[in-house]
Amino acid sequence: MAVQVKEREHQDVETEQLMSGCEAIAEAIRLADVDVMAAYPIRPYDGVMQAAAKLIANGKMDVEYIVADGEHSQFEIVKHACAVGSRVFVGSSGVGWFYAFEAIAVTAGLRLPVVAICGNRALDDPGAFGTEHNDSLAVRDLGWLLPWAETAQEAMDLALMAWRVGEDKRVSLPVAIGLDGAFLTHSQQIVKIPTQAAVNKFLPKFDLGDRLLHPDNPITIAPQVDQDWLMEIRMQNDQAMRKAHDVISEAHAHFKELFGRGGDSPFLDEYMTDDAEYVVFGQGTLALPMKVAIRRLRKEGHKVGLVRLKWFRPFPTQEIVKSLSRFKAVGVIDRDYSFGSPYYGGVLYNEVRSALYSLDKRPTIVGFIAGLGGREIEQPMATDIFEKTKAAAGDIKSGDTCHWIGVRS
Amino acid sequence: MAVETHGTGTLPQIKGVKDVPYDELFVSGHRTCQGCESALVMRHMVKASGPRTIVLGSTGCMYVANTTYYTTPWVVPWMHTQLGASGSAALGTAAGLKVLMRKGKIKEEKINVIAFCGDGGGADMGLGAISATLTHKDYNCLVLLYDNESYANTDIQLSSQTPYGAVTTFSPSGSKKRLMHTRWKKNVPGMLAAGHPESRYIAAGCAAYAVDLMNKIRKALQLGGPTFVHTLDPCPKGWDYHPQYSQELGHLAVECGIWPLYEVIDGVCNLTGPTRQIAEGRKKRKPVYEYLKRQGRFAHFAEEDVEHFQHEVDKMWTEWLIPGVIPFTVAAKDQTILKIDKKPLHEQKTA
Repeated sequence: MAVQVKEREHQDVETEQLMSGCEAIAEAIRLADVDVMAAYPIRPYDGVMQAAAKLIANGKMDVEYIVADGEHSQFEIVKHACAVGSRVFVGSSGVGWFYAFEAIAVTAGLRLPVVAICGNRALDDPGAFGTEHNDSLAVRDLGWLLPWAETAQEAMDLALMAWRVGEDKRVSLPVAIGLDGAFLTHSQQIVKIPTQAAVNKFLPKFDLGDRLLHPDNPITIAPQVDQDWLMEIRMQNDQAMRKAHDVISEAHAHFKELFGRGGDSPFLDEYMTDDAEYVVFGQGTLALPMKVAIRRLRKEGHKVGLVRLKWFRPFPTQEIVKSLSRFKAVGVIDRDYSFGSPYYGGVLYNEVRSALYSLDKRPTIVGFIAGLGGREIEQPMATDIFEKTKAAAGDIKSGDTCHWIGVRS
Repeated sequence: MAVETHGTGTLPQIKGVKDVPYDELFVSGHRTCQGCESALVMRHMVKASGPRTIVLGSTGCMYVANTTYYTTPWVVPWMHTQLGASGSAALGTAAGLKVLMRKGKIKEEKINVIAFCGDGGGADMGLGAISATLTHKDYNCLVLLYDNESYANTDIQLSSQTPYGAVTTFSPSGSKKRLMHTRWKKNVPGMLAAGHPESRYIAAGCAAYAVDLMNKIRKALQLGGPTFVHTLDPCPKGWDYHPQYSQELGHLAVECGIWPLYEVIDGVCNLTGPTRQIAEGRKKRKPVYEYLKRQGRFAHFAEEDVEHFQHEVDKMWTEWLIPGVIPFTVAAKDQTILKIDKKPLHEQKTA
């Protein structure tokens, strides 16, 4: 059962509450003074809509809350609300995310900073509720910024970052926060809820400027440009994505200053890597069982660590190159699949290998597919991953392999 | 470009052609075909609504032909929306304006929101979203379906609004099959009126009756909430006739009883134009042959096809519960339902 969001008498005092990832996002919606949100049921993302509905019903926030007739409508509704200057929120999971795909594609093309969560879920058929990252990752080429959260706290913090970065005029791109289904959407953790005053300092008012659709600014949005102009427009999107990197760094520094959280790097979270020889690389909640394994293996004398990716788009290539080139071998764990891809690896595996291609001295990079459909990454699997990574060190070609972990034969 | 702000708090009914606003808000720059009745609908639509209007246009002729980059004909703010998203575009825009005004983030005023779609976008792909929008009674928006009876922008493929037997590129007439398309046209305004009791205004119009159409647009915007107007637009390219006859074909569609003009205001059905005259017996319906024979898309019709067409149109007028609007008949044994006790429950006698 969901935790009741308690009333707070003093809004200017930072509080701590036990809440799920979904509830943490709902609090971020309240703090960001979102104008329009659109809901449609699908597990697990919709916990955030249930939590937000309670906040609205109890008078805790003022937002147009539209229950749509499907995901396509959901995403179209917020896209158009955004075009007239509303700060918006939306979300979905798994095949629901795919039902909205057309709207998702054009939102990026239109450069409208819609903020969404994707409560990562397997793409049934066959039916599965558990987490897999293929839903979010399907939009990776379209111009959406894609951060991934590990904890409920990070989910809330990334949501506040999302409006700040997405709405920044240098970027003006939509953001989809990845939240692992169940492990994060529905697991409760202690979350620090910042004050409204601090959030107001961090998050400027949304201003579309001369792109606002209003009778005082009678522009025509998204006309037929055809081959005459499309390349120039696509290149502008590319430039916006390039600029997003520095805007994220800037927002991260300001966030850290105001709230004291966020870690050293906006893009990577490193765990026990200072003297590490072998590390694993991944995103989302799989960091939690891997950290447990690292502590256990360290006691046995293994120099192991973890590098967790916080933003998949923009892909922090330089940071990854700098970080991963320090190690002998890197095991990339994909909670996704990319059938028929190079070396039959996952999405992250091939992105990381591509990023490191031009290095003179590069670590061996081995691929692992694990935890699909929400399968737990248990300790023997974690050990297996580290052992295989260690065994691959020194022979760069031994990384041209992708291992499926914890699969019944 | 600065647009003069007119007082648009109210949109009075237009009394006649001389009373129509002079301002053009849909101007040159479009590339619609000669004789395009849908372009005329666009022009009348914004003429009626005035400059404090936002128009959302879903994919179709009125998107592709109307908004070549750098030559937009739209004087009012305009935005593209996806083929099946006219309902959602209207809803999202209306919701955005409403909340921004409530929170004081933009100036409080009446801004008309109109989303248009073609028959493919409205009657096929986007019907669900339009239906949903018509239930959101707190938002002021109009969905206008311009119906040229095919996917005319993409090559004249058949839609659920293509009339029985008509030739399209998806339903050619061949040596083995004379008629490839044998589905009867979906009754969109009747269906939406019957199924959305809280929509205050749903109407069927035609640009051949321009003042009637503009008044329908104005009533829809004036009454507020989510509303719907469906226009039948003769299309020279899709229907295969000379462009000079567009208006005439619009008249014939109504006079033959194929396209009844009506409006449903707060649940009350009101016939308009020649349709009213037909219903009152002041005008006789013309045979559908008068309409069919003018269009190449029906050139392959055999006598039996014309007879079937006439029979189905006759049924609309002789058997429907509300002729031309709501297509039910009541079985002889259940005629009592038409005489049901309509007193409030507490005044009814117990059986």
